[in-house]
Amino acid sequence: MARKLLLENAHIEGIRNYDVYRKNGGYRAVEKALKSMSPDDVVEEVKKSGLRGRGGAGFPTGMKWSFIAKPEGVPRHLLCNADESEPGTFKDRYLMETVPHLLIEGMILSSYALGCNSSFIYIRGEYMYVLQILEKAIAEAYANGWLGKNIQGSGFDLDLFVSPGAGAYICGEETALIESLEGKRGNPRMKPPFPAVSGLWNRPTVVNNVETISAVVPIVNDGGDAYAAIGLGKSTGTKLISASGNINRPGVYEIELGVSVEEFLYSDQYCGGIKNGKKLKACVPGGSSVPILPHYLVCKTANGEDRLMTYESLSDGGFATGSMLGSGGFIVYDEDQCIVRNTWNFSRFYHHESCGQCSPCREGTGWMEKVLHRLEYGHGKMEDIDLLWDIQRQIEGNTICPLGDAAAWPVAAAIRHFREEFEWHVNEPKRCLESNYGLVTEKVFEKVNA
Amino acid sequence: MSETTKFTVTIDGKTIEVDPGTTILNAARMIGGDVVPPAMCYYTPLKGSGGKCRTCLVEVSKGSEKDPRPMPKLVASCSTTVMDGMEIKNKSSERVVNARAGVVEMLLINHPLDCPVCDQAGECHLQDLAYEHGKSSTRYEFDRRSFNKIDIGNYIKLHMTRCILCYRCVYTANQLTNQREHGVLKRGDAAEISTFIEKSLDNEFIGNVIDVCPVGALTDKTFRFRSRVWFTKPMDVHRDCPTCSGKAVAWMIGDEIARVTARKDQYGEVKEFICNDCRFHKKEKSDWQIEGPRHIDRTSVISANHYESEIPAHTPLLNKA
Amino acid sequence: MEENQNIQFPEDLLKEVNRIINQFPEGKQKSALIRVLHLAQAHFGYLSVTAMDYVARLLHIQPIEVYEVATFYSMYDTQPVGKVKLEVCRTGPCMIEGAEKIVSYIENKLGIKDGETTSDGLFTLKTVECLGACGYAPMLQAGEKFHEHLTEAKVDELIEMYRNKPVANYMGLENNG
Repeated sequence: MARKLLLENAHIEGIRNYDVYRKNGGYRAVEKALKSMSPDDVVEEVKKSGLRGRGGAGFPTGMKWSFIAKPEGVPRHLLCNADESEPGTFKDRYLMETVPHLLIEGMILSSYALGCNSSFIYIRGEYMYVLQILEKAIAEAYANGWLGKNIQGSGFDLDLFVSPGAGAYICGEETALIESLEGKRGNPRMKPPFPAVSGLWNRPTVVNNVETISAVVPIVNDGGDAYAAIGLGKSTGTKLISASGNINRPGVYEIELGVSVEEFLYSDQYCGGIKNGKKLKACVPGGSSVPILPHYLVCKTANGEDRLMTYESLSDGGFATGSMLGSGGFIVYDEDQCIVRNTWNFSRFYHHESCGQCSPCREGTGWMEKVLHRLEYGHGKMEDIDLLWDIQRQIEGNTICPLGDAAAWPVAAAIRHFREEFEWHVNEPKRCLESNYGLVTEKVFEKVNA
Repeated sequence: MSETTKFTVTIDGKTIEVDPGTTILNAARMIGGDVVPPAMCYYTPLKGSGGKCRTCLVEVSKGSEKDPRPMPKLVASCSTTVMDGMEIKNKSSERVVNARAGVVEMLLINHPLDCPVCDQAGECHLQDLAYEHGKSSTRYEFDRRSFNKIDIGNYIKLHMTRCILCYRCVYTANQLTNQREHGVLKRGDAAEISTFIEKSLDNEFIGNVIDVCPVGALTDKTFRFRSRVWFTKPMDVHRDCPTCSGKAVAWMIGDEIARVTARKDQYGEVKEFICNDCRFHKKEKSDWQIEGPRHIDRTSVISANHYESEIPAHTPLLNKA
Repeated sequence: MEENQNIQFPEDLLKEVNRIINQFPEGKQKSALIRVLHLAQAHFGYLSVTAMDYVARLLHIQPIEVYEVATFYSMYDTQPVGKVKLEVCRTGPCMIEGAEKIVSYIENKLGIKDGETTSDGLFTLKTVECLGACGYAPMLQAGEKFHEHLTEAKVDELIEMYRNKPVANYMGLENNG
């Protein structure tokens, strides 16, 4: 049985409440840190742990923390990014509503490490009921002396608040999140300056994902080395994976990084295989932004090695034959699913979510959606495929924030791996819709077996 | 670092020394000529402007003397500051040329291309940009975004369909007037400049939004459809104004002042903004002291038939003919 | 609209507004905007110009700053909507699991299209982007409640339930708009 660090106690009845959480070892890490560790000691343990940002980018957390500017007399802020909106990703919601005190404990530890005295959890507006769960838990933490002035007699003060968004994927980008928290439109800022120097209200700011901050609790409890002992290479510790699509057991799973994709996909401990005895057609392993993998590259890399659930193995082969771990949004497609339709669906998402600030993303995302719509609905032309390729290249890398890349990558990968399917949509325009979106997938399999 | 320290930067092989903190774009403008990237949203006097249109993207082929690694992505030259020893490629980079052509295509897909009836024609930065950096045809085959024209006040027409969302007019209202009443509403490609509720902008400096607009989205109602700009004759003029510097350009048709604008430099930037009174109400020749013909760049269509000085009888060009 | 110029939050909501403003440093009360707009929408039913101008006064900011934000975020309605908004997720994993069929089922059942409101003013149907319930697809959100693993039978039940009790709790408030 795989070790669990975040969801270890998730099954315990009433763990959402303070008393139960405390009885099961909760706030032990805060006690330990405040009594026997300096803020720098906490940073050091996080560095040792090898923890990487769990929101999608995978940047080493300890290093991110060490960048924060510490000008005399200027308050600093820790912001928790709970704006989980990447299609395929629903782990943070599960974590927050199941064990809210774990996030609060992580916020206390991380704020202590960074020297922040007022911290915020920015949660997407659609999770309003989770906001209420968090606020109730925060009130319990205040009542028991874990928040407020002079926490547990340590001299460390911390106020913690939850602040909602109101429907905007872009606010998961850290500078857009900061703008939103300032009561503005979620327009990403130009970098530099980076938030570590000038973030919320122009003060030094660190933004970390819910899961990242929660992972600081076991790291402080058991030490960075113990955390780093789990996992493989630079992919240390455990990771929450949101599994969805045509599988038998969708849901949130905590895995030890390094488990094979095959095991994750087929074992009954996790996804439990493809639903209804169908064949695997494709998989998006890290949320809608990352490149889609055709079935023959899901469990094996292009070199024939086992594909593992690690940052490195999932990206093995670059974008030509690999993908990314991303946010851990693992979406599985069976043989009946239409790749063109799925790509159009994702393009519509990015078009809907573009903030509209910079021209390639504002104009290009809508253009891609229109061309993909035309292809899917049987009015496409062969040139459309190359046109799509050009548009995504004109967006990628040329925008203010990564949303442009996130919109471009799924289109590029779909064309790269499923070009025939796009061509069939042009050559046999009605076939896809008539077969209730399930396309002649056998051709995909023929191609590989040939 | 002492104040005299200068950074050496090289753009398309041309080297210059600039103060630390200078942006790549401004360093390029100091060199001048072909190394200058185009800029549709950046506007030096407006704090916070820039970074949005992506036309000024350049390639940093050497980060600095200390860290010579190239930057992986193209960067917005208007909002990236130079480092000592930095080497930059503008037109000499194929990546830049391609990316810029891509951005121009994006900017044009929803632009109405109604240049024949647009008052901005002849002084439109998007026209110049498309001419210099764009492709000759578009691949966009869908309906273009369109909005109704609205009056925002007695003197300004907002033709949102032409807008490229540079945000300059929003920064202008924020920084020049005491109460901003228009802004950017909605998001993505539905975003628009608007007051939301019909409202007139009547701050005494609000007319400057017309001058900062790079396209024909904000035009002067006192001038609309009176004349193509290249038939008017720009003259530097000034007056003793209690509100602003009073330094302006009067665009003349014969002896009449057709319109008044602030003075723009070769990059279209106004250094001294003018008040509404000068712009909209001082249309008599007697209101102004005339200094002489305004210098107009030779590349501009407005320079046609525009003589800035008496032509000497024996100029070599004429003699050659 | 004119007659509504004097709209105001009741005492308990004003207290809540103050609590929210006090979470932020002095002079940074604009940070409370997004949450206060949620309150205004829950209380007034939608964000009319009057409601937005009221919020601007509460937070000492310009009305345009409120309009800019209210039109940016997809959860805000600047036009009247039904008492219960049925927001069906249409993105990737939900689409695979049949979100489109759920949407057309609701359209047929209520006789409205995506974005429309029933003539009795009870239901508004809206398709939305990913709500973070991909593993429990298809799903819809009504008020702040998530309804997951939808089937046609489940949709029938839901609509019946909300028809009898058209109250979608939001931020602990009853939507009395």
